[in-house]
Amino acid sequence: MRYLPLTDTDRSAMLDTIGASSVDDLFVDVPEVARLDGPIRDLPMHASEMAVEKHMRSLSKQNLAAADAAFFLGAGAYRHHVPASVDHIIQRGEFLTAYTPYQPEIAQGTLQMLFEFQSQVARLYGCAVANASMYDGSTACWEAVAMASRVARGKRRKVVLSGALHPHYAEVIKTMAKFTKDEIAGSEPSIQAQPDNEGLIARIDEDTSCVVVQYPDILGRLPDLEQIAEAAHAKGALLIAVNTEPVALGAIKSPGELGADIVVGEGQSIGVGLQFGGPYLGLFAVRDPKHVRQMPGRLCGETVDADGKRGFVLTLSTREQHIRREKATSNICTNSGLCALAFSVHMTLLGEKGLRQLAAENHRLACIAADKLAAVPGVTVLNDSFFNEFTILLDGDARQIVRDLADDKILAGVSLARLYPHVDGFTGGLLVAVTETTTEEDIETLCSALKEKLS
Amino acid sequence: MNAPNQSGWKPTTPEAGDGAQGGLATTTGNKALMLEEPLIFEIADNQTTGVDLPEVDAGAADRLGGMARDADIGLPGLAEPEAVRHYTRLSRQNYGIDLGFFPLGSCTMKHNPRLNEKVARMPGFADVHPLQPVDTVRGALGVINELAHWLIELTGMHGVAMSPKAGAHGELCGILCIRAALEARGDAREVILVPESAHGTNPATAAFAGYRVEDIPATPEGRVDLEALKARLGPDVAGVMITNPNTCGLFEPDMRAISDAVHEAGGFVYCDGANFNAIVGRVRPGDLGVDAMHINLHKTFSTPHGGGGPGSGPVVLSKALSPYGPLPYTARTKDGVVHLVEEESADEFAREHFGGPLSHFGRMTAFHGQMGMFTRALTYMLSHGADGLKQVAEDAVLNANYILRSMEDVLHAPYAHSGPCMHEALFGDKGFAEGLSTLDLAKGMIDEGYHPMTMYFPLVVHGAMLVEPTETESKATIDQFITAFRSVAERAKAGDESLKTAPHYAPRSRLDETAAARKPVLAYTDPQ
Repeated sequence: MRYLPLTDTDRSAMLDTIGASSVDDLFVDVPEVARLDGPIRDLPMHASEMAVEKHMRSLSKQNLAAADAAFFLGAGAYRHHVPASVDHIIQRGEFLTAYTPYQPEIAQGTLQMLFEFQSQVARLYGCAVANASMYDGSTACWEAVAMASRVARGKRRKVVLSGALHPHYAEVIKTMAKFTKDEIAGSEPSIQAQPDNEGLIARIDEDTSCVVVQYPDILGRLPDLEQIAEAAHAKGALLIAVNTEPVALGAIKSPGELGADIVVGEGQSIGVGLQFGGPYLGLFAVRDPKHVRQMPGRLCGETVDADGKRGFVLTLSTREQHIRREKATSNICTNSGLCALAFSVHMTLLGEKGLRQLAAENHRLACIAADKLAAVPGVTVLNDSFFNEFTILLDGDARQIVRDLADDKILAGVSLARLYPHVDGFTGGLLVAVTETTTEEDIETLCSALKEKLS
Repeated sequence: MNAPNQSGWKPTTPEAGDGAQGGLATTTGNKALMLEEPLIFEIADNQTTGVDLPEVDAGAADRLGGMARDADIGLPGLAEPEAVRHYTRLSRQNYGIDLGFFPLGSCTMKHNPRLNEKVARMPGFADVHPLQPVDTVRGALGVINELAHWLIELTGMHGVAMSPKAGAHGELCGILCIRAALEARGDAREVILVPESAHGTNPATAAFAGYRVEDIPATPEGRVDLEALKARLGPDVAGVMITNPNTCGLFEPDMRAISDAVHEAGGFVYCDGANFNAIVGRVRPGDLGVDAMHINLHKTFSTPHGGGGPGSGPVVLSKALSPYGPLPYTARTKDGVVHLVEEESADEFAREHFGGPLSHFGRMTAFHGQMGMFTRALTYMLSHGADGLKQVAEDAVLNANYILRSMEDVLHAPYAHSGPCMHEALFGDKGFAEGLSTLDLAKGMIDEGYHPMTMYFPLVVHGAMLVEPTETESKATIDQFITAFRSVAERAKAGDESLKTAPHYAPRSRLDETAAARKPVLAYTDPQ
C-alpha cells in the first residue's frame, strides 16, 4: 500500500524486538467479542491512485460548478476570484502539514502569519483585538453570544436577535440556548426596504446581555449600527455585529467604528472559496481590549526569545480548555488555521487599495444588476440600500423558478423560502448576489430568463 | 504606513559568537537559508496591490445608504512576487510532517496524501455553493453519504451526524444528542463523568452543554477504575465521556462492562474518538456499547492539520441516539437517491422513511459541514480500503510498541509493565537530573531535527511525554528517532545543562511566554 512504508521484513524484526509473536499479541486488551477476524465486509478493498481519482471525478461531475453557470448565490457564502498564488502558498507542506504551534521555536511561520491575520481582521472590523479564527461565521456568532453572557456574569438572560440575522446563525444560537437557558428574542425579517431598527431597539431591556445585528443583513440592507449601539449601551447591553461578506467592509464603515462591542463574521469570501459550505473561516474580534480575557479561541501574541529577537507565541491560554478544562471560555481546540492563512495571503495581495477596488467593483455590478432586474416586468427590487446583494420580489414562486432556471445553468440566487421554510408570505422573495466574478452578460442572461418565466 | 518599512525594523544582528545560534554575525541577520522576515505591516504600504482590478470611481455608484466608508482601513498590500516571497520565507520557519518525523501524541500526525488535495480541488467540489438547488449538487451529497456509510461500517454504529466542524464540536454534538434523548424521556440529569486523564475538551464540552463535571479515578494500571465508576453511577448521571484507546495509550479492557453499567443506570456512553487510528478496521466501537463517538477526520483519515485546522468531527451514533442528531443530514432512500434533509423537510422525511418524527436538536452550524474534509477523507478511505485501514491500525500500534520497548530501559515508562500499548507510548520524567525537565528534553529533540512529543499530557503522569509515531513512518526513520531520543534522554538524566537553553539551532531560541501573557501584544500598531 503506497502510504505504508513498513515491509514484512521490518514488521517481523520489530515484533522480535517487542517480544511478540504476531501483531495480534498487541491487541490482547481488546475483549474477544470486539475482535474482528478480517477486513470489514461491505467495504471495498484498497485501490490505486488512478482508480480513486476516477471515482471521485465522476462524483464531482454530478455537480454543477459555479464557473459553469450564470451564478448569483450568496446568503452567507460568496463566490470571489481567489488569486492562484493563494492556493500555492497554502499547499506548501510547511503550512499544510504543521500542527497547532505549541512548539513556538519551530512554528514561527504559522505564528507570525496568525499575528498578521489577527491584525488584518482587527483593522477590517474596526476593533482592537481579533483571535486566530473560529470554525465559521455561525459558530463564531454563537460564541459571541456566550461571551456576552460571561461579560454580564450570567446576570442578564436575554439575547435579542435582529430579525434579519442569517437564519442558520439564528438557528445555531437557538440550538445552544436550549442548553444554556438563555432566552432568545428573535423574529423573521420584515420584508421592507429598510431594516426595522425601532422594532429591534424596543426589544432591548435591562435583562438583555446582547443584541445581535447582521451588517449588511440577510436581505442585503444596511442597518444603522450606530443607533442600535447607542440604544444597547444605554441599557447596559453589548452590541454584537455579524458580517457575512468581508468584502463589503472595503466600501462601508467598520462595525467597530459604529460602536459594536464584539464583531464576528464569516471570512470565506477572502481566499477560501465556496466548497459547498466548509471548511470556512470564523472571524472574531472585540473593540475594547478589556474584553480580551473573555474571548474564546486561540490568540497569538508578540514576545521575544532568549536572545532578544522578536518572536510570537500562543498566549492567554489560561482561558482555554487544555488548561482550564470545565472552566474554559470555550471548548474550541482546532480552529481554521489554514483558511486563516488563505485569508491573510489574499488580503495581503489585495491590500488597502485592492480591497477598496474590489468592493467598488462589486457594488458597481450590483447596482447594474439591480437596475436591470427592476426593469423586468414582475420583478421588484426591495432594497433602498445594499452592497453586493439585494432582495427582489417576483410575481411567482421564487423557489420553483430557481430550480427551473438551474436546468439552463442559471443559478439565480437563494430563495427566501429555502431559508425560511416555515414562514408564509416569502414565496416571491429571492436574494441575488453579484460579485466581481459576475459578468454583465450573466446579468443579461438572468434578466431574460426571468422575463420569460414571469410573462 | 505610506512609506515601505516606515518602522525601520530589521532583523536583530547578533554579535559574533553570541546568541543561541552562535557563529559569525552577518549584516542582515540572515544566515544563508535561515532568512529573517519582517511583518507585512513593516514592508508593505497602502498603495500597492497584487491583484489587478478595474479602477472604479467609488463615488459613481453609491447605494450604500449613508454607510460609505471614509476612514482608511490600514491594510498593507504587496505585489505578487513580494507576497509569495513573504509567505515562503515564513513557511521555512515551520516544522511539518513533510519535513520530518512528528510524533505528537494524541494528534496523529500522519502523512497527508496529495491525491486528497487534488480531489478536493475538483470544480464540482470546490466551486459549488451550499444553497444551490439540490439537483445541481447530487454528487456532493453523494460524497457525504458515501463517507457516512464508511464511518458507520468502520465503527459498527447506526447513524452519523456529519456537520460538526472539528473534534470538540463533535463532542458537543454527541453530548447534545445525549441531552436531547434524556429530555425526550423526561429525564433531567445533571452530571457527566470524565476520567482524570481525559483531553481538556471533554470537561469543557460537558460544561458548555450545561452539565456538572465529575472525575472518575484511574487504576494504577492507567485504566478507568470500573468499581469506582459503578459506585458513582445513579439517576443524576447523564453519561460518561471515555477516550478509548485512552490518553495513556492503553485500551480499556473493561469497556464493555463500563458501557453495560452506564446503560443499566440509565446513562449514555460518549467515546472520544481522537485515538481511533489505533483500532480502525480492527475494532468497532459499536461492539463495545458506545452510544456516540466523534471521529477526527484530520487525525485518523489524514486530512491535513494546516497549522491548527480546519478539522472535521462527524459523530457516529447508536440506535438509541440516532433520532436525536442535529440538522441538516443526508440520507439515501431505497430508490438510491441521496436526500438533503433540512428544517423544512425533516418531519415529513422522517415520517415517510423512519415511521415517525425525529427529535433532532437543531442546527449546530450554517450549511452542511466540512465538505473539503469529506472529499479528502473519502479519497483516503477508498485508497486504503477495508484491508488497508486494518493495516493502518496494526502498523501504528506496532511502531508505538517498538518505540516503547526500545526506550523503557532509559526512560520511565509507567504502564509498560501492564502489557502492550496501543498507538502511542507514554513516558515520564522520573530519573531526570535535578533541574532538568520534560520541557528541556523536548527542546533538545528540536535540535536533533524532530518535532517534540506531546508534553505534560496526560496529567496523570509526572512530566508526561506521549509519543505517537503513526503508521506512515519507515523502520529506518523510527530507528534513527530512537537513537536520538535515547541520547537526549541520557543527557537529561546526566544533568546536561545545555538542554536548559535548547533549542540552539531553531529559528528562535526559547520564547518568553510569561511576558507575552503579562502585557499582551495581539495586533500590530503603527509606529507613532
